[in-house]
Amino acid sequence: MNKKLITGGLIMAGFLLLAVGIATGGVNDVLNKAIRICYECIGIG
Amino acid sequence: MKSGKRKLVQVITAVLYNCNFTGFASGKIYKGKLKSACVPGLNCYSCPGAVSSCPLGSLQQSLVSSKYRFPYYMLGMLLLLGALLGRFICGFLCPFGLVQELLFKIPTKKIKKGKWSRALSYVKYVVLAVFVIGIPLIFAVPGFCKYICPQGILEGALPLAAANESVRGMLGKLFSFKLIIAIAILVAAVFIFRVFCRFICPLGAIYSFFNRVSVARMEVDEAKCTHCNACVRFCKMDIKKVGDAECIQCGECAGVCATCAISRKPIIGTKKDSQEEAT
Repeated sequence: MNKKLITGGLIMAGFLLLAVGIATGGVNDVLNKAIRICYECIGIG
Repeated sequence: MKSGKRKLVQVITAVLYNCNFTGFASGKIYKGKLKSACVPGLNCYSCPGAVSSCPLGSLQQSLVSSKYRFPYYMLGMLLLLGALLGRFICGFLCPFGLVQELLFKIPTKKIKKGKWSRALSYVKYVVLAVFVIGIPLIFAVPGFCKYICPQGILEGALPLAAANESVRGMLGKLFSFKLIIAIAILVAAVFIFRVFCRFICPLGAIYSFFNRVSVARMEVDEAKCTHCNACVRFCKMDIKKVGDAECIQCGECAGVCATCAISRKPIIGTKKDSQEEAT
């Protein structure tokens, strides 16, 4: 299959998933985790 | 693109990812809305300087929360980054890649790639399946962040502990365990080129799935290629072919191609750059 077609399809799918994620509030999961110190990351537990 | 230019891009990227400079003095992390987006490279969101999120940490957190919400957002983010840039991100936009490359510059005897390193390059897919997907889904714990990630120690724990007494007081056995892993990786990086990227990094493993079809990619002109394999021998990664899953798109192989068959598609750096580098 044409590489350009695959790339285009993946980009469109990426945008679509991103839009659905924003609409369903998935972005809040990321934000809520990132604005607190991640205890797992820094080795507290 | 010349190696020096690539280093400059890597340094600028690392500074931009971590430009909340006041955080390093206060020992507190940035809490603004920018953190709802991810940077492309491995950069701990608990770094006091980080202004955006880590894609790997966010993916694990989304999988931990996937009982309540399917992780559309993070899957979309990674799909988009992978389809646009592939492992160009590893070569140019990852601060931990830069750290390892700088350590590899320390003049000492180096361990060269071979069949052993090619075999070990598959370990990162196991790390991805077990620590990034399996453990978060089954045990609701971000396994890679908790047990392996050296960036969490380097960028998160050490600067936070240096400036924040309460964090310093909480560090225990897990921190010691992760610190040993981080030190082992950094020491190994002195002798083995990008040891973490080649054998362990699950983010590189994700981007490798897209590397042949991403908008940014390395391509070989089959009409010009003489199959001398000079590019594969010159490359310090475990590639079988330029532009495959292991290629980080640094473009340095273009400089050793006698027939100028290697080019970067379609962004930055040209064949002209490569020829300049060769001369």
